[in-house]
Amino acid sequence: MTDPAAAARPPAFLPNWPARLAWLALIVYSFYAASILDVTWERFLLGIENGIRFIGRMFPPDTGTSKLQLLAKGLYESIEMAIIASALGIVLSLPIGLLAARNLMPAWITWPMRLFIALCRSFHQVIIAIIFVKAVGFGALAGILALTVASIGFIGKLFAEAIEEISLKQVEAIRATGAPFMSVIAYGVLPQVLTRFVGFATYQVDSNLRNSNMVGLVGAGGIGGTMFAAFQRFDFDFLLTILLAIIAVIMVSEALQNQIKKLYQ
Amino acid sequence: MTSAGTEIREWQRYTRRERLARFALYFGIVFACVVSLRTVQIIPEFLYDAPEQVADLLQRMWPIEWRYYPKGVHEALIETLHIATLGTILAIIMALPLGMLAAGNVTPNAGLNYFAKLLLVSSRSVNSLVWALLFVAIFGPGALAGTMAIAFRSIGFVGKLFSEALEEARPGPIEALRSCGAPWPSVFIKGYWPQVEPAFWGIALFRWDISVRESAVLGLVGAGGIGMAIDSALNLFQWNRVALMLVVIFSVVLIAEVIVTAIRKRII
Repeated sequence: MTDPAAAARPPAFLPNWPARLAWLALIVYSFYAASILDVTWERFLLGIENGIRFIGRMFPPDTGTSKLQLLAKGLYESIEMAIIASALGIVLSLPIGLLAARNLMPAWITWPMRLFIALCRSFHQVIIAIIFVKAVGFGALAGILALTVASIGFIGKLFAEAIEEISLKQVEAIRATGAPFMSVIAYGVLPQVLTRFVGFATYQVDSNLRNSNMVGLVGAGGIGGTMFAAFQRFDFDFLLTILLAIIAVIMVSEALQNQIKKLYQ
Repeated sequence: MTSAGTEIREWQRYTRRERLARFALYFGIVFACVVSLRTVQIIPEFLYDAPEQVADLLQRMWPIEWRYYPKGVHEALIETLHIATLGTILAIIMALPLGMLAAGNVTPNAGLNYFAKLLLVSSRSVNSLVWALLFVAIFGPGALAGTMAIAFRSIGFVGKLFSEALEEARPGPIEALRSCGAPWPSVFIKGYWPQVEPAFWGIALFRWDISVRESAVLGLVGAGGIGMAIDSALNLFQWNRVALMLVVIFSVVLIAEVIVTAIRKRII
Protein backbone atom coordinates (compact mmCIF):
# COMPACT_ATOMS: atom_id res chain seq x y z
CA MET A 1 0.00 0.00 0.00
CA THR A 2 2.53 2.60 1.05
CA ASP A 3 5.37 3.12 -1.31
CA PRO A 4 8.43 1.50 0.34
CA ALA A 5 10.73 4.13 -1.18
CA ALA A 6 8.70 6.96 0.34
CA ALA A 7 8.54 5.25 3.74
CA ALA A 8 12.30 4.73 3.80
CA ARG A 9 13.02 8.36 2.98
CA PRO A 10 13.99 10.25 6.14
CA PRO A 11 12.15 13.47 6.96
CA ALA A 12 13.71 16.51 5.30
CA PHE A 13 14.43 18.31 8.57
CA LEU A 14 15.67 15.98 11.30
CA PRO A 15 15.11 17.18 14.86
CA ASN A 16 18.43 18.10 16.43
CA TRP A 17 18.05 16.96 20.04
CA PRO A 18 21.41 18.15 21.43
CA ALA A 19 20.75 21.63 20.05
CA ARG A 20 17.25 21.68 21.54
CA LEU A 21 18.65 20.62 24.92
CA ALA A 22 21.25 23.38 24.69
CA TRP A 23 18.54 25.96 23.99
CA LEU A 24 16.54 24.65 26.97
CA ALA A 25 19.62 24.89 29.20
CA LEU A 26 20.17 28.47 28.05
CA ILE A 27 16.58 29.41 28.94
CA VAL A 28 16.80 27.71 32.35
CA TYR A 29 20.09 29.52 33.00
CA SER A 30 18.54 32.88 32.07
CA PHE A 31 15.77 32.47 34.63
CA TYR A 32 18.22 31.24 37.27
CA ALA A 33 20.59 34.17 36.68
CA ALA A 34 17.69 36.63 36.65
CA SER A 35 16.51 35.34 40.02
CA ILE A 36 20.03 35.61 41.49
CA LEU A 37 20.58 39.14 40.20
CA ASP A 38 17.17 40.21 41.54
CA VAL A 39 15.91 41.07 38.07
CA THR A 40 12.20 41.20 38.78
CA TRP A 41 9.24 42.68 36.95
CA GLU A 42 8.33 44.97 39.87
CA ARG A 43 11.81 46.48 39.95
CA PHE A 44 11.61 46.93 36.22
CA LEU A 45 8.29 48.80 36.45
CA LEU A 46 9.61 50.92 39.32
CA GLY A 47 12.69 51.60 37.22
CA ILE A 48 10.63 52.84 34.30
CA GLU A 49 8.88 55.26 36.63
CA ASN A 50 12.29 56.45 37.91
CA GLY A 51 13.56 56.62 34.37
CA ILE A 52 10.81 58.97 33.27
CA ARG A 53 11.53 61.25 36.22
CA PHE A 54 15.28 61.02 35.45
CA ILE A 55 14.80 61.97 31.81
CA GLY A 56 12.48 64.76 32.88
CA ARG A 57 15.25 66.24 35.04
CA MET A 58 17.72 66.02 32.15
CA PHE A 59 15.73 68.46 30.04
CA PRO A 60 16.50 71.14 29.09
CA PRO A 61 20.27 70.58 28.85
CA ASP A 62 22.24 73.00 31.04
CA THR A 63 24.00 75.62 28.90
CA GLY A 64 25.16 78.09 31.56
CA THR A 65 28.40 79.89 30.61
CA SER A 66 30.47 78.52 33.50
CA LYS A 67 29.24 74.99 32.78
CA LEU A 68 30.04 75.34 29.09
CA GLN A 69 33.57 76.50 29.95
CA LEU A 70 33.99 73.45 32.17
CA LEU A 71 32.71 71.26 29.37
CA ALA A 72 35.01 72.78 26.75
CA LYS A 73 38.06 72.41 29.02
CA GLY A 74 37.32 68.75 29.79
CA LEU A 75 36.45 67.85 26.24
CA TYR A 76 39.57 69.56 24.89
CA GLU A 77 41.72 67.62 27.34
CA SER A 78 40.00 64.37 26.37
CA ILE A 79 40.73 64.97 22.69
CA GLU A 80 44.35 65.87 23.43
CA MET A 81 44.75 62.70 25.47
CA ALA A 82 43.28 60.62 22.65
CA ILE A 83 45.62 62.17 20.05
CA ILE A 84 48.80 61.77 22.09
CA ALA A 85 47.91 58.27 23.25
CA SER A 86 47.10 57.19 19.69
CA ALA A 87 50.35 58.58 18.35
CA LEU A 88 52.38 56.91 21.12
CA GLY A 89 50.46 53.65 20.83
CA ILE A 90 50.84 53.45 17.06
CA VAL A 91 54.57 54.24 17.14
CA LEU A 92 55.23 51.72 19.92
CA SER A 93 53.06 48.91 18.59
CA LEU A 94 54.88 48.88 15.24
CA PRO A 95 58.12 47.39 16.67
CA ILE A 96 56.26 45.37 19.32
CA GLY A 97 54.04 43.77 16.68
CA LEU A 98 57.09 42.99 14.54
CA LEU A 99 58.90 41.41 17.48
CA ALA A 100 55.85 39.31 18.36
CA ALA A 101 55.43 37.79 14.87
CA ARG A 102 56.42 34.14 15.12
CA ASN A 103 57.38 33.73 11.47
CA LEU A 104 60.07 36.43 11.62
CA MET A 105 61.52 36.25 15.11
CA PRO A 106 62.97 33.49 17.29
CA ALA A 107 60.81 32.08 20.08
CA TRP A 108 62.81 33.67 22.90
CA ILE A 109 61.71 37.13 21.79
CA THR A 110 58.16 36.38 20.57
CA TRP A 111 57.02 34.76 23.82
CA PRO A 112 57.80 37.69 26.13
CA MET A 113 56.34 40.09 23.56
CA ARG A 114 53.14 38.05 23.20
CA LEU A 115 52.80 37.88 26.97
CA PHE A 116 53.27 41.65 27.18
CA ILE A 117 50.57 42.22 24.55
CA ALA A 118 48.21 39.82 26.35
CA LEU A 119 48.81 41.69 29.60
CA CYS A 120 48.06 45.03 27.93
CA ARG A 121 44.88 43.61 26.46
CA SER A 122 43.34 41.79 29.35
CA PHE A 123 42.52 44.77 31.55
CA HIS A 124 39.92 47.39 30.80
CA GLN A 125 41.32 50.90 30.17
CA VAL A 126 39.74 52.18 33.35
CA ILE A 127 41.53 49.58 35.49
CA ILE A 128 44.86 50.40 33.82
CA ALA A 129 44.07 54.06 34.48
CA ILE A 130 43.67 53.32 38.21
CA ILE A 131 47.21 51.93 38.33
CA PHE A 132 48.64 54.89 36.41
CA VAL A 133 46.81 57.41 38.58
CA LYS A 134 48.67 55.92 41.52
CA ALA A 135 51.97 55.87 39.61
CA VAL A 136 51.98 59.35 38.03
CA GLY A 137 49.27 61.17 39.93
CA PHE A 138 45.90 62.57 38.91
CA GLY A 139 45.62 64.25 35.53
CA ALA A 140 45.97 63.81 31.82
CA LEU A 141 49.28 61.91 31.91
CA ALA A 142 47.72 58.90 33.66
CA GLY A 143 44.96 58.82 31.06
CA ILE A 144 47.44 59.10 28.19
CA LEU A 145 49.51 56.20 29.54
CA ALA A 146 46.41 54.04 30.13
CA LEU A 147 45.12 54.62 26.61
CA THR A 148 48.60 53.99 25.18
CA VAL A 149 48.77 50.62 26.93
CA ALA A 150 45.33 49.69 25.59
CA SER A 151 46.38 50.79 22.07
CA ILE A 152 49.50 48.62 22.20
CA GLY A 153 47.38 45.66 23.28
CA PHE A 154 44.93 46.06 20.40
CA ILE A 155 47.16 47.16 17.49
CA GLY A 156 50.07 44.97 18.58
CA LYS A 157 48.02 41.80 18.64
CA LEU A 158 46.29 42.36 15.30
CA PHE A 159 49.50 43.59 13.65
CA ALA A 160 51.44 40.53 14.79
CA GLU A 161 48.67 38.29 13.46
CA ALA A 162 48.67 40.16 10.15
CA ILE A 163 52.44 39.67 9.82
CA GLU A 164 52.08 35.97 10.56
CA GLU A 165 49.73 35.69 7.58
CA ILE A 166 52.06 37.30 4.98
CA SER A 167 53.50 35.43 2.03
CA LEU A 168 57.12 34.51 2.76
CA LYS A 169 58.05 34.40 -0.92
CA GLN A 170 58.77 38.11 -1.13
CA VAL A 171 60.71 37.99 2.11
CA GLU A 172 62.80 35.14 0.75
CA ALA A 173 63.39 36.96 -2.53
CA ILE A 174 64.74 39.99 -0.72
CA ARG A 175 66.84 37.82 1.59
CA ALA A 176 68.28 36.06 -1.48
CA THR A 177 69.69 39.36 -2.72
CA GLY A 178 71.73 39.54 0.46
CA ALA A 179 69.77 42.42 1.93
CA PRO A 180 70.36 43.23 5.61
CA PHE A 181 67.61 42.57 8.15
CA MET A 182 66.15 46.09 8.20
CA SER A 183 65.81 46.08 4.41
CA VAL A 184 64.01 42.74 4.56
CA ILE A 185 61.54 44.28 6.99
CA ALA A 186 61.17 47.50 5.01
CA TYR A 187 60.81 45.96 1.53
CA GLY A 188 59.59 42.42 2.17
CA VAL A 189 57.30 42.62 5.19
CA LEU A 190 55.93 46.14 5.61
CA PRO A 191 54.51 46.61 2.08
CA GLN A 192 52.37 43.51 2.64
CA VAL A 193 50.88 44.62 5.95
CA LEU A 194 50.96 48.41 5.90
CA THR A 195 47.38 48.88 4.68
CA ARG A 196 46.06 46.59 7.42
CA PHE A 197 48.23 48.39 9.99
CA VAL A 198 46.71 51.71 8.94
CA GLY A 199 43.27 50.15 9.27
CA PHE A 200 43.93 48.95 12.83
CA ALA A 201 45.47 52.30 13.71
CA THR A 202 42.48 54.35 12.53
CA TYR A 203 40.13 52.01 14.38
CA GLN A 204 42.17 52.52 17.53
CA VAL A 205 42.16 56.32 17.12
CA ASP A 206 38.38 56.14 17.06
CA SER A 207 38.24 53.91 20.08
CA ASN A 208 40.74 56.07 22.00
CA LEU A 209 38.56 59.09 21.28
CA ARG A 210 35.64 57.27 22.91
CA ASN A 211 37.59 55.86 25.83
CA SER A 212 39.38 59.14 26.63
CA ASN A 213 35.99 60.31 27.87
CA MET A 214 35.83 57.39 30.30
CA VAL A 215 39.22 57.23 32.02
CA GLY A 216 38.35 60.46 33.86
CA LEU A 217 36.00 58.41 36.04
CA VAL A 218 38.99 57.35 38.13
CA GLY A 219 40.75 60.73 37.99
CA ALA A 220 42.85 60.27 34.86
CA GLY A 221 41.92 63.55 33.19
CA GLY A 222 39.46 64.55 30.52
CA ILE A 223 35.72 65.07 30.57
CA GLY A 224 34.99 61.83 32.48
CA GLY A 225 35.70 63.35 35.88
CA THR A 226 33.36 66.27 35.19
CA MET A 227 30.71 63.85 33.96
CA PHE A 228 30.91 61.64 37.04
CA ALA A 229 30.82 64.68 39.33
CA ALA A 230 27.71 65.97 37.54
CA PHE A 231 26.11 62.56 37.99
CA GLN A 232 26.90 62.36 41.68
CA ARG A 233 25.57 65.87 42.30
CA PHE A 234 22.33 64.95 40.51
CA ASP A 235 23.23 67.65 37.98
CA PHE A 236 21.39 65.64 35.34
CA ASP A 237 20.81 68.55 32.96
CA PHE A 238 24.57 69.19 32.78
CA LEU A 239 25.08 65.43 32.35
CA LEU A 240 22.91 65.55 29.25
CA THR A 241 24.93 68.49 27.86
CA ILE A 242 28.14 66.48 28.36
CA LEU A 243 26.69 63.36 26.75
CA LEU A 244 25.46 65.33 23.73
CA ALA A 245 28.86 66.98 23.36
CA ILE A 246 30.66 63.61 23.49
CA ILE A 247 28.33 62.14 20.87
CA ALA A 248 28.88 65.21 18.67
CA VAL A 249 32.67 64.81 18.89
CA ILE A 250 32.43 61.12 17.97
CA MET A 251 30.17 61.87 15.00
CA VAL A 252 32.51 64.61 13.71
CA SER A 253 35.44 62.20 14.00
CA GLU A 254 33.53 59.51 12.11
CA ALA A 255 32.69 61.95 9.31
CA LEU A 256 36.37 62.97 9.13
CA GLN A 257 37.43 59.33 8.96
CA ASN A 258 35.04 58.67 6.09
CA GLN A 259 36.58 61.57 4.19
CA ILE A 260 40.08 60.21 4.83
CA LYS A 261 39.05 56.73 3.71
CA LYS A 262 37.72 58.22 0.45
CA LEU A 263 41.07 59.91 -0.07
CA TYR A 264 42.85 56.55 0.00
CA GLN A 265 40.55 54.58 -2.24
CA MET B 1 70.94 64.60 -29.60
CA THR B 2 67.39 64.11 -28.26
CA SER B 3 64.71 65.38 -30.52
CA ALA B 4 61.83 67.51 -29.23
CA GLY B 5 59.38 64.57 -29.55
CA THR B 6 61.12 62.32 -27.04
CA GLU B 7 61.37 64.72 -24.13
CA ILE B 8 61.35 63.00 -20.76
CA ARG B 9 57.85 62.89 -19.31
CA GLU B 10 57.40 62.97 -15.58
CA TRP B 11 54.90 60.35 -14.45
CA GLN B 12 52.96 60.87 -11.30
CA ARG B 13 50.66 58.49 -9.52
CA TYR B 14 48.22 61.02 -8.10
CA THR B 15 46.65 64.21 -9.35
CA ARG B 16 47.74 67.50 -7.89
CA ARG B 17 44.53 67.69 -5.83
CA GLU B 18 45.06 64.25 -4.34
CA ARG B 19 48.63 65.08 -3.42
CA LEU B 20 47.54 68.33 -1.81
CA ALA B 21 44.80 66.56 0.16
CA ARG B 22 47.26 63.95 1.39
CA PHE B 23 49.78 66.59 2.36
CA ALA B 24 47.03 68.44 4.24
CA LEU B 25 46.16 65.21 6.08
CA TYR B 26 49.75 64.49 7.13
CA PHE B 27 50.22 68.10 8.10
CA GLY B 28 46.99 67.99 10.10
CA ILE B 29 48.09 64.85 11.97
CA VAL B 30 51.49 66.31 12.88
CA PHE B 31 49.91 69.64 13.78
CA ALA B 32 47.34 67.96 16.07
CA CYS B 33 50.07 65.95 17.81
CA VAL B 34 52.31 68.99 18.33
CA VAL B 35 49.49 71.21 19.59
CA SER B 36 48.28 68.49 21.96
CA LEU B 37 51.76 67.85 23.30
CA ARG B 38 52.39 71.55 23.88
CA THR B 39 49.12 72.37 25.59
CA VAL B 40 48.28 69.22 27.54
CA GLN B 41 48.57 69.81 31.27
CA ILE B 42 51.17 67.46 32.62
CA ILE B 43 52.69 68.20 35.98
CA PRO B 44 56.37 67.24 35.61
CA GLU B 45 56.89 67.03 39.37
CA PHE B 46 54.52 64.07 39.41
CA LEU B 47 56.52 62.39 36.69
CA TYR B 48 59.86 62.64 38.53
CA ASP B 49 58.75 60.52 41.45
CA ALA B 50 56.88 57.98 39.30
CA PRO B 51 59.50 55.22 39.88
CA GLU B 52 59.21 55.71 43.64
CA GLN B 53 55.44 55.66 43.40
CA VAL B 54 55.47 52.46 41.37
CA ALA B 55 57.87 50.85 43.85
CA ASP B 56 55.58 51.97 46.67
CA LEU B 57 52.56 50.59 44.82
CA LEU B 58 54.18 47.19 44.31
CA GLN B 59 55.28 47.14 47.94
CA ARG B 60 51.73 47.84 49.08
CA MET B 61 50.31 45.23 46.72
CA TRP B 62 52.66 42.56 48.05
CA PRO B 63 51.85 40.14 49.60
CA ILE B 64 48.58 39.54 47.75
CA GLU B 65 45.84 38.95 50.30
CA TRP B 66 44.67 35.53 49.11
CA ARG B 67 42.69 34.93 52.31
CA TYR B 68 40.25 37.63 51.28
CA TYR B 69 39.08 35.69 48.20
CA PRO B 70 36.39 33.46 49.79
CA LYS B 71 35.11 36.30 51.97
CA GLY B 72 34.86 39.26 49.65
CA VAL B 73 35.75 38.40 46.07
CA HIS B 74 34.19 35.06 45.15
CA GLU B 75 30.58 36.23 45.35
CA ALA B 76 31.32 39.45 43.46
CA LEU B 77 33.16 37.49 40.78
CA ILE B 78 30.22 35.13 40.25
CA GLU B 79 27.93 38.15 40.10
CA THR B 80 30.18 39.71 37.44
CA LEU B 81 29.99 36.54 35.33
CA HIS B 82 26.19 36.44 35.70
CA ILE B 83 25.96 40.11 34.70
CA ALA B 84 28.06 39.49 31.60
CA THR B 85 26.20 36.33 30.56
CA LEU B 86 22.67 37.48 31.27
CA GLY B 87 23.38 40.89 29.73
CA THR B 88 24.66 39.24 26.57
CA ILE B 89 21.63 36.91 26.40
CA LEU B 90 19.25 39.86 26.83
CA ALA B 91 21.15 41.77 24.16
CA ILE B 92 20.88 38.85 21.74
CA ILE B 93 17.13 38.54 22.34
CA MET B 94 16.69 42.23 21.53
CA ALA B 95 19.28 42.31 18.76
CA LEU B 96 17.81 39.43 16.72
CA PRO B 97 14.65 41.28 15.64
CA LEU B 98 16.59 44.54 15.21
CA GLY B 99 19.19 42.77 13.05
CA MET B 100 16.41 41.26 10.93
CA LEU B 101 14.82 44.69 10.53
CA ALA B 102 18.17 46.23 9.59
CA ALA B 103 19.00 43.62 6.92
CA GLY B 104 17.76 44.82 3.53
CA ASN B 105 17.08 41.35 2.11
CA VAL B 106 15.02 40.14 5.10
CA THR B 107 13.03 43.36 5.48
CA PRO B 108 12.61 44.98 2.07
CA ASN B 109 11.60 48.35 3.48
CA ALA B 110 14.17 51.16 3.43
CA GLY B 111 12.40 53.15 6.17
CA LEU B 112 12.43 50.23 8.64
CA ASN B 113 16.06 49.41 7.72
CA TYR B 114 17.08 52.97 8.44
CA PHE B 115 15.19 53.08 11.73
CA ALA B 116 16.73 49.81 12.96
CA LYS B 117 20.19 50.94 11.94
CA LEU B 118 19.71 54.22 13.81
CA LEU B 119 18.80 52.30 16.99
CA LEU B 120 21.84 50.03 16.57
CA VAL B 121 24.20 52.97 16.05
CA SER B 122 22.91 54.85 19.08
CA SER B 123 23.38 51.74 21.23
CA ARG B 124 26.97 51.41 20.10
CA SER B 125 28.01 55.03 20.38
CA VAL B 126 27.34 55.19 24.14
CA ASN B 127 30.07 53.58 26.24
CA SER B 128 29.02 50.79 28.59
CA LEU B 129 30.12 52.87 31.59
CA VAL B 130 27.78 55.66 30.50
CA TRP B 131 24.97 53.15 30.04
CA ALA B 132 25.78 51.93 33.56
CA LEU B 133 25.56 55.49 34.94
CA LEU B 134 22.15 55.94 33.34
CA PHE B 135 20.83 52.60 34.59
CA VAL B 136 22.16 53.18 38.09
CA ALA B 137 20.09 56.36 38.12
CA ILE B 138 17.07 54.43 36.89
CA PHE B 139 17.21 51.10 38.75
CA GLY B 140 19.42 52.08 41.67
CA PRO B 141 22.87 50.64 42.36
CA GLY B 142 23.24 46.90 41.89
CA ALA B 143 23.52 44.07 39.45
CA LEU B 144 20.30 44.92 37.58
CA ALA B 145 21.81 48.21 36.37
CA GLY B 146 24.98 46.40 35.27
CA THR B 147 23.02 43.74 33.39
CA MET B 148 20.99 46.35 31.55
CA ALA B 149 24.15 48.36 30.76
CA ILE B 150 25.86 45.32 29.22
CA ALA B 151 22.67 44.44 27.36
CA PHE B 152 22.14 47.89 25.89
CA ARG B 153 25.77 48.31 24.90
CA SER B 154 25.80 44.88 23.25
CA ILE B 155 22.60 45.28 21.20
CA GLY B 156 24.31 47.54 18.69
CA PHE B 157 27.34 45.28 18.36
CA VAL B 158 25.40 42.00 17.98
CA GLY B 159 22.66 43.58 15.85
CA LYS B 160 25.07 45.19 13.40
CA LEU B 161 27.15 42.06 12.84
CA PHE B 162 24.03 39.84 12.68
CA SER B 163 22.36 42.03 10.05
CA GLU B 164 25.58 42.02 8.01
CA ALA B 165 25.66 38.21 8.19
CA LEU B 166 22.01 38.08 7.08
CA GLU B 167 22.73 40.36 4.14
CA GLU B 168 25.45 37.98 2.98
CA ALA B 169 23.11 34.97 2.95
CA ARG B 170 22.71 33.35 -0.48
CA PRO B 171 19.25 33.98 -1.99
CA GLY B 172 18.98 30.47 -3.56
CA PRO B 173 17.55 28.48 -0.62
CA ILE B 174 15.27 31.39 0.31
CA GLU B 175 13.82 31.55 -3.18
CA ALA B 176 13.33 27.76 -3.17
CA LEU B 177 11.38 27.94 0.09
CA ARG B 178 9.32 30.92 -1.08
CA SER B 179 8.47 29.27 -4.38
CA CYS B 180 6.91 26.29 -2.60
CA GLY B 181 4.75 28.65 -0.58
CA ALA B 182 6.48 28.60 2.80
CA PRO B 183 5.27 31.29 5.24
CA TRP B 184 7.92 33.80 6.36
CA PRO B 185 8.73 32.17 9.75
CA SER B 186 9.60 28.98 7.88
CA VAL B 187 11.60 30.93 5.33
CA PHE B 188 13.58 32.49 8.16
CA ILE B 189 14.08 29.33 10.23
CA LYS B 190 14.90 26.97 7.36
CA GLY B 191 16.29 29.43 4.81
CA TYR B 192 18.23 32.16 6.59
CA TRP B 193 18.98 30.64 9.99
CA PRO B 194 21.07 27.64 8.83
CA GLN B 195 23.18 30.01 6.74
CA VAL B 196 23.85 32.54 9.49
CA GLU B 197 24.00 30.17 12.46
CA PRO B 198 27.81 29.77 12.59
CA ALA B 199 28.25 33.54 12.26
CA PHE B 200 25.61 34.08 14.93
CA TRP B 201 27.34 31.87 17.50
CA GLY B 202 30.67 33.43 16.63
CA ILE B 203 29.26 36.92 17.26
CA ALA B 204 27.55 35.85 20.49
CA LEU B 205 30.74 34.28 21.88
CA PHE B 206 32.87 37.24 20.83
CA ARG B 207 30.48 39.63 22.54
CA TRP B 208 30.37 37.50 25.69
CA ASP B 209 34.16 37.66 25.86
CA ILE B 210 34.04 41.48 25.63
CA SER B 211 31.19 41.65 28.14
CA VAL B 212 33.22 39.72 30.72
CA ARG B 213 35.99 42.32 30.47
CA GLU B 214 33.57 45.24 30.61
CA SER B 215 31.43 43.94 33.44
CA ALA B 216 34.51 43.93 35.69
CA VAL B 217 34.62 47.75 35.67
CA LEU B 218 30.90 48.56 35.79
CA GLY B 219 31.02 48.35 39.58
CA LEU B 220 33.16 51.50 39.67
CA VAL B 221 29.98 53.47 39.00
CA GLY B 222 27.91 51.27 41.30
CA ALA B 223 26.51 48.75 38.84
CA GLY B 224 27.41 45.58 40.74
CA GLY B 225 30.02 42.90 40.31
CA ILE B 226 33.70 42.81 41.17
CA GLY B 227 34.15 46.48 40.24
CA MET B 228 32.30 47.46 43.42
CA ALA B 229 34.73 45.39 45.49
CA ILE B 230 37.65 47.09 43.70
CA ASP B 231 36.11 50.49 44.32
CA SER B 232 35.75 49.96 48.06
CA ALA B 233 39.24 48.44 48.37
CA LEU B 234 40.67 51.43 46.46
CA ASN B 235 38.89 53.95 48.63
CA LEU B 236 40.35 52.27 51.73
CA PHE B 237 43.84 52.00 50.11
CA GLN B 238 43.80 48.22 50.63
CA TRP B 239 46.21 47.64 47.78
CA ASN B 240 46.89 43.99 48.58
CA ARG B 241 43.17 43.32 48.09
CA VAL B 242 43.22 45.32 44.83
CA ALA B 243 46.14 43.18 43.69
CA LEU B 244 44.13 40.04 44.48
CA MET B 245 41.20 41.30 42.42
CA LEU B 246 43.44 42.26 39.49
CA VAL B 247 44.90 38.74 39.49
CA VAL B 248 41.37 37.27 39.66
CA ILE B 249 40.15 39.44 36.75
CA PHE B 250 43.22 38.57 34.71
CA SER B 251 42.68 34.83 35.19
CA VAL B 252 38.95 35.04 34.48
CA VAL B 253 39.57 36.96 31.26
CA LEU B 254 42.17 34.39 30.21
CA ILE B 255 39.81 31.48 31.02
CA ALA B 256 36.98 33.18 29.10
CA GLU B 257 39.25 33.55 26.09
CA VAL B 258 40.30 29.90 26.26
CA ILE B 259 36.64 28.78 26.52
CA VAL B 260 35.59 30.98 23.61
CA THR B 261 38.41 29.70 21.38
CA ALA B 262 37.58 26.09 22.28
CA ILE B 263 33.84 26.44 21.56
CA ARG B 264 34.54 28.42 18.41
CA LYS B 265 36.75 25.63 17.07
CA ARG B 266 33.99 23.07 17.70
CA ILE B 267 31.10 25.08 16.24
CA ILE B 268 32.63 26.86 13.30
